[in-house]
Amino acid sequence: MTLRTAFCAASVLALATATGAFADSHTTTLTIATVNNGDMVRMQGLTDDFTAKNPDIALEWVTLEENVLRQRVTQDIATKGGQFDVMTIGTYEVPIWGAQNWLVSLNDLPAEWDADDILPAMRGGLTVDGELYAAPFYGESSMVMYRKDLMEAAGMEMPDAPTWDDIRAAAEAMTDKDAEVYGICLRGKAGWGENMAFLSAMANSYGARWFDEEWKPQFDTDAWKATLTDYLDLMNNYGPPGASTNGFNENLSLFQQGKCGMWIDATVAASFVTNPDDSTVADQVGFALAPDKGLGKRGNWLWAWSLAIPAGSDKVDAAKKFVAWATSKEYTALVAANEGWANVPPGTRTSLYENEEYTSAAPFAEMTLESINAADPTNPTVDPVPYTGVQFVAIPEFAGIATQVGQEFSAALAGQQTAEEALEKAQALTTDEMEAAGY
Amino acid sequence: MARNVTNQRKLINTVLAWGIGLLIFFPILWTILTSFKSEATAIADPPVFLFFDWTLDNYRVVQERSDYMRFLWNSVIIAGGSTLLGIIVAVPAAWSMAFVPSARTKDILLWMLSTKMLPAVGVLYPIYLIFIKMGLLDSRVGLTVVLMLINLPIIIWMLYTYFREIPGEILEAARMDGASLKEEILYVLTPMAVPGIASTVLLNIILAWNEAFWTLNLTAAKAAPLTAFIASYSSPEGLFYAKLSAASTMAIAPILILGWFSQKQLVRGLTFGAVK
Repeated sequence: MTLRTAFCAASVLALATATGAFADSHTTTLTIATVNNGDMVRMQGLTDDFTAKNPDIALEWVTLEENVLRQRVTQDIATKGGQFDVMTIGTYEVPIWGAQNWLVSLNDLPAEWDADDILPAMRGGLTVDGELYAAPFYGESSMVMYRKDLMEAAGMEMPDAPTWDDIRAAAEAMTDKDAEVYGICLRGKAGWGENMAFLSAMANSYGARWFDEEWKPQFDTDAWKATLTDYLDLMNNYGPPGASTNGFNENLSLFQQGKCGMWIDATVAASFVTNPDDSTVADQVGFALAPDKGLGKRGNWLWAWSLAIPAGSDKVDAAKKFVAWATSKEYTALVAANEGWANVPPGTRTSLYENEEYTSAAPFAEMTLESINAADPTNPTVDPVPYTGVQFVAIPEFAGIATQVGQEFSAALAGQQTAEEALEKAQALTTDEMEAAGY
Repeated sequence: MARNVTNQRKLINTVLAWGIGLLIFFPILWTILTSFKSEATAIADPPVFLFFDWTLDNYRVVQERSDYMRFLWNSVIIAGGSTLLGIIVAVPAAWSMAFVPSARTKDILLWMLSTKMLPAVGVLYPIYLIFIKMGLLDSRVGLTVVLMLINLPIIIWMLYTYFREIPGEILEAARMDGASLKEEILYVLTPMAVPGIASTVLLNIILAWNEAFWTLNLTAAKAAPLTAFIASYSSPEGLFYAKLSAASTMAIAPILILGWFSQKQLVRGLTFGAVK
């Protein structure tokens, strides 16, 4: 009898699994893949506005951790799996996927969407051969966040546009290891989007580059040596212990607890460190542009989470309606009306930074805009390069190579090897990978 | 003759057992405690253990943002369905291997187990492409079948081990009494192997419940189980540990409760045949 019962239960379960097949045929259901960050979560809470205006479109969300999302959407788009109708992708993927014709062009979004209002740096990074392949939802650069009280106590003042020498001097002055206050917190965790995002941007300001115009790796140059040596010197002398495992969230936590004098990271962090609910130093944070070395480039990156439509989707029209809604000026106004101007997604539209209500609600707005404008993904380095991308190289091989290089640099920060050894290994492995890829 | 165990030794053993038990349970306890902290307290350094302002806010946020019941229902269907299907396939297979073995039975058993040694990602793309062709992506049916196939070697191995403990003479007697093959398996073998089948079922439900590779890769919105629910609370930029802990606690709660109530059965099944 036990087995018969089991058979019956299995049949019931099989029937239950089949129930998903009966969907309402009058409604177009869009499946949207996204990352879990504050702005995206907020959008999910406001979609009633969209579905009220478009009653024939239903939305289903798939929220995933960034690396899982990247793997899932890449796998789906490469195999034309068609699981997602709208994808949240970064500025690294857009030029590569656009060139492969994996994305639907968004050049024909309605005129009221106002493509000319998108910040030029963002639009440039999301356009391939004149076709806009993704609509920016929120954009960020990187900048210096520093403790005004510690600077004042040290008798120093942070310039709005500091040099790396200013940063070093400030880090030295603010470090008090006995009180667990470290002059500077930087990313050390290995990964192309972790320590290599910071170091690639820093290298740009030092006159270094990933590849020369013949795609030859450049880790054997003096500029890269100076970049890595100065980074290690800063972190070893004035950084927190165990920095080789610190990423964005670890440094955020340290800064919020008052343990960092400075933190150079994503502009989006500004709203976290100035939030008195989470940060013990909320009213003591100042902002400055990412440092330079006097060579004409600053060490700041450019990133945007954007909405794109995979070419495999059979619901392109509905998907375009959604993308246009989520990245419109009207959506920004909707967020402002519901949650205040400080919570609108930043970094994508010129009009936002011309809005006095926004600039007065977000003290970091001006510095964010200046940082974004200071980044040029089509001309990121002092010397010319054959690639686009500020803190990345927009080729498919980059993520794998940069993660390996990041591991070497992270090992150098952990004291397992010298800067010279790390650069030598980086040069060798990058050369091997690029040769294998046919460059 | 019973061993002479001193009180001191008993005490040491008890303390040691509790110590090891707490050590193993500590990560789960820490997750549960973190789920009641604010995000700022969750990352406090030094860590705060018990004395903090307890809050249910993380659970409120998780409930607001996610349809927990939909994920839970998917987990129940996928874990339960794959285990039941597995048992239906595995009982006859284990019966034949235990009671009518051929010269190659041992090789087949080892070969089946060897499929567990293959890294799952190695067959991700073939299976993904098959799923696209068959329209099974993001479906509970597809995932149920895949998880059944993944756990089948373990189910067959466990049942085979339990069946071997049952004297073949009993089945022989049933046959002499005129029982058909179906009756022999259904009414003689299965009732005797209930403890073994029960522990196999429980263990496989736990394995299927916790399976995160295939459930994350083959689902999107409709068939996503609790593993996807947890994954959605990890954030690259921003504090998330407390909310992630609340989501994890909600995801493991059903299986913890199931494990708690069935621990006697589970231990009995897992140690079945260990002492003769």
